[in-house]
Amino acid sequence: MLLGASGSGKSTLLFGLAGLLEGGESEGQLRIDGHDPRTARDRTGIVFQDPESSLVMARAGDEVAFGLENRSVPAAEIWPRVDEALEMVGFPYGRDRPTDALSGGEQQRLAIAASLALRPGLLLLDEPTANLDPDGARLVRAAVARLVGGGELTMLLVEHRVAESVELVDRLIVLEAGGGVIADGSPAEVFAASGDELATAGIWVPGYPLQIPPRGPRPDTRVLLAADQVTYRFPGEGSLAVGPIDLAVRSSEALAIIGPNGSGKTTLALLLGGLLRPSSGGVSGPNGEPVWSEPADRLARTIGSVFQDPEHQFLMGRVRDELTLSPLQRRSTAVDAAKRAAELMDRLHLGGLAEANPFTLSGGEKRRLSVATALVREPRVLILDEPTFGQDRRTAIELVDLLSAQRDDGSAVCFVTHDLPFAAALADRTLELAR
Amino acid sequence: MRRFTPLRPDPRAWLARANPVAKLCAAAILMAVLFVGSGPITPAIILGAILASLPLTGLSVRTLLARTWPLLVAAFMVGLLNVLLAPARPAGPDLQTGLALGLRLLGVALSGVVALASTDPTDLADSLQQQARLSSRLAMGVLAAVRMLPILATEWQLLGMARRARGVSAGWSPLLAVRLAFGKLLALLVGAVRRATRLALAMDARGFGTAAGRTIARPHSMRMADWGLLLAAAALGTAALWIGAAA
Repeated sequence: MLLGASGSGKSTLLFGLAGLLEGGESEGQLRIDGHDPRTARDRTGIVFQDPESSLVMARAGDEVAFGLENRSVPAAEIWPRVDEALEMVGFPYGRDRPTDALSGGEQQRLAIAASLALRPGLLLLDEPTANLDPDGARLVRAAVARLVGGGELTMLLVEHRVAESVELVDRLIVLEAGGGVIADGSPAEVFAASGDELATAGIWVPGYPLQIPPRGPRPDTRVLLAADQVTYRFPGEGSLAVGPIDLAVRSSEALAIIGPNGSGKTTLALLLGGLLRPSSGGVSGPNGEPVWSEPADRLARTIGSVFQDPEHQFLMGRVRDELTLSPLQRRSTAVDAAKRAAELMDRLHLGGLAEANPFTLSGGEKRRLSVATALVREPRVLILDEPTFGQDRRTAIELVDLLSAQRDDGSAVCFVTHDLPFAAALADRTLELAR
Repeated sequence: MRRFTPLRPDPRAWLARANPVAKLCAAAILMAVLFVGSGPITPAIILGAILASLPLTGLSVRTLLARTWPLLVAAFMVGLLNVLLAPARPAGPDLQTGLALGLRLLGVALSGVVALASTDPTDLADSLQQQARLSSRLAMGVLAAVRMLPILATEWQLLGMARRARGVSAGWSPLLAVRLAFGKLLALLVGAVRRATRLALAMDARGFGTAAGRTIARPHSMRMADWGLLLAAAALGTAALWIGAAA
């Protein structure tokens, strides 16, 4: 397993080994069985983070056959090898299964099978469970464990969340940006020798849980957001995606919404945020107003929504403008907005980046900025979708601090998450949705 | 937005099993006939034949109607506008020309829709490579892109909601509306390019476009029935032209 803080070059190294790096400057050499990785691509296979944008074909069997066709495997051998590879990862369906009907975990198993069918000597896995819910991640880890048991394959795994995958690996290598290899050994050795340093550097280390911040006093609370038998049905579909749900979120309260992929967590967050029109029932804000029919400007000052992908919410060319939104704002609250923006940038360590383009920030900075864009309107309710997704330990700690302060100040904080330790550190209450 | 997801026809239906390239050629023949023919009779015959062949496509009329109603409306409007806007004649409004135009438009659209909707996209890409000798780079690239369309549609909706969440809406200002739409489009493009790069990398990693020869896992061929389909389309076209001219 390769380990390192964000920006330490784990994925880049993996791409280099797969022979997929073009351009850029490099020093030193990579060798696969003594060959340049770019000419030895048939000896390596790589599985990427996001299965949705790495699947090519519409049917599972065709997906595995795709690589075999490319490598000119004789037609008669293709289908036996497809079946063999699907069997190796424990793929539960037939070849004709449509790939878009698979869950994320199943798609990722299929992607592993598609790499295995080419019989690589080295299998590279780039955060294969990062985009998956806990059940999907378990499926993929089980498939990897089967392969490890087979013993013929060398595997190199990059993972963010270490605790769950560490038992799969024999050896752990820690990378540092500009520092190269800073630790190399069995997981037990590495964690014993430098667990503290790794955790401070932002790496998720087993046995270093998030600190639970002290809970502020809760004077008299009141309901800020209430869902009344709310449901949602996608147009043209028979079954309900959400609900019916009754829910009340109070001031000074943090609510975690958890559940497997496809249980409607994100859709519920959009309904609560007044961004999606309920099919039936309703969601009302602090003064009992239905949130869906609020004008956008007023909505943002009552309920702040933070999306899973921060980039979806960026509108401007500079971090500073992103917070003041000055050219887009119709009412002139410019002085006020500029002051609040400056305060928030300080508080969220974005001060040095005021002139930077939001799209060029690092993952952690983008996340902090997207939270800041909601906070700048001083909403009384904050709704976040997977705030710790893809974030290192340091950003997760900052989010816990920031959101618990928000909660103790009297706001309501709702967040959708797969990250149970994060939920445990922050939530007063948990709502679990079932599929 | 679901207009973008491919239909799944019943795979046992006769037209669903026909060779995709043969189907496209048959549709092309009919379109050519609709193009050269004049008067309402020729397009009416062809339209009737297409409708009669619907049970062979394995598509339910309801789903087809749900997807194509904008076409029906468009054809009707074109016909109607032609009747209304044509220069007045002493004999009264020119219903014939309007009817002919509407029917032609509908025929061209429907023959294409039926040929494509009754075809599995994978089969089409395979057959384009094998029968039409299209380069596999192009065929597989387009196939992969088609898979991304529904994802882009979802993304567009998300971008809209993200703007509302930021408290930004155009209100009554058309200038702001254009500005916001442009920003959304840019964000969509950035996302699409990034996704496409990842997909290209994934295809590269599995040897796409590198080896000299690609083998074929799913062979397609032109069977007797496929030649029959072409022949039937040609015969129908000739007959429709003949009758149309005679009338």
